Amino acid sequence: MSIKLNGELVELNDVNTIQQLLAYYKLEDRLVIVEHNRDIILKDQYKEITIKNGDEIELVHFVGGG
Amino acid sequence: MLKIANKTFQSRLLLGTGKYPSFEIQKEAVAKSESEILTFAVRRMNIFEESQPNFLEQLDVSKYTLLPNTAGAKTAEEAVRIAKLAKASGLCDMIKVEVIGCDRSLLPDPVETLKASEMLLEEGFIVLPYTSDDVVLARKLEELGVHAIMPGASPIGSGQGILNPLNLSFIIEQSKVPVIIDAGIGSPSDAALAMELGADGVLLNTAVSAANDPVKMAIAMKTAIEAGRMGYEAGRIAKKDYAIASSPTEGMITT
Repeated sequence: MSIKLNGELVELNDVNTIQQLLAYYKLEDRLVIVEHNRDIILKDQYKEITIKNGDEIELVHFVGGG
Repeated sequence: MLKIANKTFQSRLLLGTGKYPSFEIQKEAVAKSESEILTFAVRRMNIFEESQPNFLEQLDVSKYTLLPNTAGAKTAEEAVRIAKLAKASGLCDMIKVEVIGCDRSLLPDPVETLKASEMLLEEGFIVLPYTSDDVVLARKLEELGVHAIMPGASPIGSGQGILNPLNLSFIIEQSKVPVIIDAGIGSPSDAALAMELGADGVLLNTAVSAANDPVKMAIAMKTAIEAGRMGYEAGRIAKKDYAIASSPTEGMITT
């Protein structure tokens, strides 16, 4: 399966949910906000939302700024 | 005391969190500034490289009110998207609307700023728009129901200080919501002047983060803002064209 993750095309195997995606990138304990095909996904939905071929996902966080 | 929507703050200094030389210096500068409101930007995580430390993750967020910005947005729709992502963190319900309309001057797009503010108010955000120092735009934003007006002193990061004190005075005079002077502050005297004009607060970043000694500058800004506010409350004397002696003109031993 290939998805667009933070603007980059990536190949993923054995990743079916947002929860698994975050685990794959070791982001489970990080302060991360997930957007899936332009929908914001809240923490309690991570296990339910499934990822499909061609999906667009953004993983964002807060950085220093004025 | 600074009151924005239903929140009250002792400090009138809002501090940006960008471009510090190190996290250690940043932590100390933030502490010494005694700021209670910190701004942040929303960006993609760099997930393809080794995990990098993040300032926010090192901060006791329960002690601060986070004010994410929508920097990077060029349209109202982009600003709303960024604001919603920020709110989804569960850490904040305030948003600094920042819709840039000119890459060179980084001046805000007034039309998109107004539109974004309206959309975000409908979504229930506490909305603080960064605007140009336009008096009519400030009034229109206030009529929409924004919770504070944040006119720029001069272009972002320029350190040019207050270029149009008259316009800022007009905005402050007409506004029923807090006016926070945002962007362009270079020195403590700029911050003090903003407060003497009657501003309710000052938002600055580069003036502290890029100073030779950011920690000392954080203290200087805090002190200047307190001094400026006290001066405003005390009421300065009127300017006169000629000298008026401070010492008695009677009983002089010289004639």
